[in-house]
Amino acid sequence: MATKHQKTLARFMVAPSVLLLLGWMIVPLAITLWFSFQSYNLLSPGMERFIGLTNYKYFLSDPAFWQAMANTLMIVGGVLAITVIGGVVLALLLDQPIRGQGIVRILMIAPFFIMPTVSALVWKNMFMNPVNGLFAWLAKAVGAQPIDFLAQYPLMSIILIVAWQWLPFATLILLTALQSLDSEQMEAAEMDGAGAWAKFTHLVLPHLSRAITVVILIETIFLLSVFAEILVTTNGGPGYASTNLTYLVYSQALLQYDVGGASAGGIVAVILANIVAIFLMRMIGKTLE
Amino acid sequence: MGSITLKQVRKAFGEVEVIPGVDLDINDGEFVVFVGPSGCGKSTLLRLIAGLEDVSSGTILIDGQDMTEAAPVKRKLAMVFQSYALYPHMSVRKNIAFPLKMAGMPADEQARRVGHAAGILNLTDYLDRKPGQLSGGQRQRVAIGRAIVREPVAFLFDEPLSNLDAALRVNMRVEISELHKKLATTMIYVTHDQVEAMTMADKIVVLRAGRVEQVGSPLDLYRRPANRFVAGFIGSPNMNFLEGEAAAKLNAHAIGVRPEHFQLSTTDGMLAGTVGVAEHLGSDTFLHVTLDGGTHVVARASGEFPVDHGDRIWLTPAEGRIYRFDQQGLAL
Amino acid sequence: MARRVSNRRRWFFTILAWGVALAIFFPILWTILTSFKSEADAIASPPKFLFFDWTTENYAEVQERSPYLRHFLNSVIISVGSTLLGLLIAIPSAWSMAFQPGKRTKDLLMWMLSTKMMPAAGVLIPMYLLFRSWGLLDTRLGITVVLMLINLPIIIWMLYTYFREIPSEILEAARMDGASLKNEIVHVLTPMAVPGIASTLLLNVILAWNEAFWTLNLTTSKAAPLTTFIASYSSPEGLFYAKLSAASTMAIAPILILGWFSQKQLVRGLTFGAVK
Ligand SMILES: Nc1ncnc2c1ncn2[C@@H]1O[C@H](COP(=O)(O)OP(=O)(O)OP(=O)(O)O)[C@@H](O)[C@H]1O
Ligand SMILES: [Mg+2]
Repeated sequence: MATKHQKTLARFMVAPSVLLLLGWMIVPLAITLWFSFQSYNLLSPGMERFIGLTNYKYFLSDPAFWQAMANTLMIVGGVLAITVIGGVVLALLLDQPIRGQGIVRILMIAPFFIMPTVSALVWKNMFMNPVNGLFAWLAKAVGAQPIDFLAQYPLMSIILIVAWQWLPFATLILLTALQSLDSEQMEAAEMDGAGAWAKFTHLVLPHLSRAITVVILIETIFLLSVFAEILVTTNGGPGYASTNLTYLVYSQALLQYDVGGASAGGIVAVILANIVAIFLMRMIGKTLE
Repeated sequence: MGSITLKQVRKAFGEVEVIPGVDLDINDGEFVVFVGPSGCGKSTLLRLIAGLEDVSSGTILIDGQDMTEAAPVKRKLAMVFQSYALYPHMSVRKNIAFPLKMAGMPADEQARRVGHAAGILNLTDYLDRKPGQLSGGQRQRVAIGRAIVREPVAFLFDEPLSNLDAALRVNMRVEISELHKKLATTMIYVTHDQVEAMTMADKIVVLRAGRVEQVGSPLDLYRRPANRFVAGFIGSPNMNFLEGEAAAKLNAHAIGVRPEHFQLSTTDGMLAGTVGVAEHLGSDTFLHVTLDGGTHVVARASGEFPVDHGDRIWLTPAEGRIYRFDQQGLAL
Repeated sequence: MARRVSNRRRWFFTILAWGVALAIFFPILWTILTSFKSEADAIASPPKFLFFDWTTENYAEVQERSPYLRHFLNSVIISVGSTLLGLLIAIPSAWSMAFQPGKRTKDLLMWMLSTKMMPAAGVLIPMYLLFRSWGLLDTRLGITVVLMLINLPIIIWMLYTYFREIPSEILEAARMDGASLKNEIVHVLTPMAVPGIASTLLLNVILAWNEAFWTLNLTTSKAAPLTTFIASYSSPEGLFYAKLSAASTMAIAPILILGWFSQKQLVRGLTFGAVK
């Protein structure tokens, strides 16, 4: 596309961001890797020593790890399922001729702009609190026993909170995609005698597939590292019922000061994320071409 | 001041050799047109001259100086792009002044030159509009204006009229020709419209697959095409080619006759055939004829010629207007 | 006949859509309402929706307990600063990738995006320790740089998709006109990409404003933005609904308003050009 001079310039211009990101990835990762082979506790400084794979052995044989792993996948999978399915339904709804569509959109997108600490606190105290929460009042109003959501269904509650934050995002992206659907195509299908369901599965869904891919990609990036919602609501508990990998590493490092163990956990989390990333990137690379 | 010389200029994109090696001399003040089928490398050649692409090997001289490695601006050439490539966020005035601003010219000199260019191009009333508020023809003129103000040693045009409608195209064609007369600056003009090529050029360069097939004045190419490709490419409708017996009689592998060089008769002549489609335009009549041997030819009669589908017709090539080609397609 | 049916249909969907939208928005509305109640009204059963004694004293008290303004300023400095810094680094990179693409450009972009997938947990400890030894813990500079780094891939990707919509002929024209690379980017590319750059800026300010892993772990008070400020209300002694609501309202209001004004551009930006 251009001259050698231009190409050389271009290399120079990408260099800063590549170097920064490389540094950001590799330096801390290398340190984490190093720590993960050490016995290193912040409470007993000066006692660091090389212990090989022991940290990994402990971390991987800790039931908390497997639970955190399952919880991580549950959060990603659960929120994705809710937001993608819900997003398609809501996008179809918003695509109908409705009055005041602008305001409806504004109301719906709002949760996306709410910082995680706020939404977690609001849900925890004002809705899910078993004494003073609105849900408790609702339960009492219909004569049922109030549920202590965060104690009884901690993971589900967190999924609900996170899904509330991401549903608007999915809805709006899918709505944008829906509105770019060629109306002549739809009319042609109608002329061909396609019913509503046939139109949905043969025209609408394929048309939305790119947008759905984007939604899945972006949400996964953020959902793999859900943190504030857990910190603020359940602190990972009860037990490890709502601990994900990110939170587990955090609590080992900054609450139990076990740098070695936490580092091993961090490395495991990175490996997992890479597996997911490779998979997702394949998918994205194909659709975004 | 604007002679351009290409010596063995070669260009490959990766493995693909787009221009295998071109030698070309363009004299100062000439209007040179590059023609050739789509994808033959016209734009690439122009961009090599402009310095927007590197040559893979070879030398480009501008005014005798080696500019092969020089940055575009050093070559003092101006280019008009097919899409006009105007800066959409700048007014017409700023668009035209942009190269001057980049050259660090004082503001009053910039204003003088912009005013002058706008006068030449009838843009004075539009100077404060944005490109988006202009018609296609006006945009084209702004693009030309931006090229003029720099007082380049040569102008490069890449299919500048192809986005305009037919009527406007004729007008702009004349305007550009007049501009060339006025400025007497070298112009290199890429097109695949052969009417543009024939009417505007001092010199036509016919390209095929990155090779120069022939260089010459429009009538040179019309009268003495070097080979079958050029013969078929220049002239409209295209030249008719006959092979076999008719050609063998003239000691050639193939012979070519232009549609306008047939004498038509409804009674007798050299080649007999049946009229397929007859296009009566009033000023001309174009007949699509199937000769008895099965070959299809097109013949033109000037004025009206009263035949219709299915009629018998006889064609006789005009004296001295038969082109003969050998096995390789070279003119004999 | 047909008209009446379609009218009925329209009302049906209108009511349904409004109902869903209000349900989704309700937690925010409820928070804002509660912030104007007295603590007693805030936990009243049955809940009071509109008919209570409106008061603004919660806001005053929140400000007293912990200087809202300082955290607000921190949030502004950190989110805007990290985004501007990111843009400064990303614009040249995106220019390269959009207009001088090589065989590996796509892979490079994918790799950049994949760095976003690296779980923060994997690098938390070294970052924490490095920050501690460099004295960057609880400093605006430190957290700004970190947020810049985590958003850089998204900034680059968004700019890349916007830049690619700009015809390269225009940049070539600028080159012919004698624009240096700097002038090409400053006078031609950037002004043409203003809408795209603006939505990139907005989205990343919002993402940085709401970022709640690094801000919670690397700041405590001096440099703490609103995320950290709010998290301090999760401890039981802070459990006063009205005050919590007031603090929350103050933390989300700026970005909510910003987001509402720019939602169209945001959505477009977030699709990475995959949805027009
Ligand atoms: N950047 C590039 N990379 C690879 N191949 C290219 C590149 N630019 C052009 N080509 C190839 O070089 C050949 C010549 O292209 P060019 O644009 O010069 O043709 P052209 O004669 O201008 O055609 P048209 O009349 O359609 O504009 C084409 O086969 C094209 O595919
Ligand atoms: Mg071309």
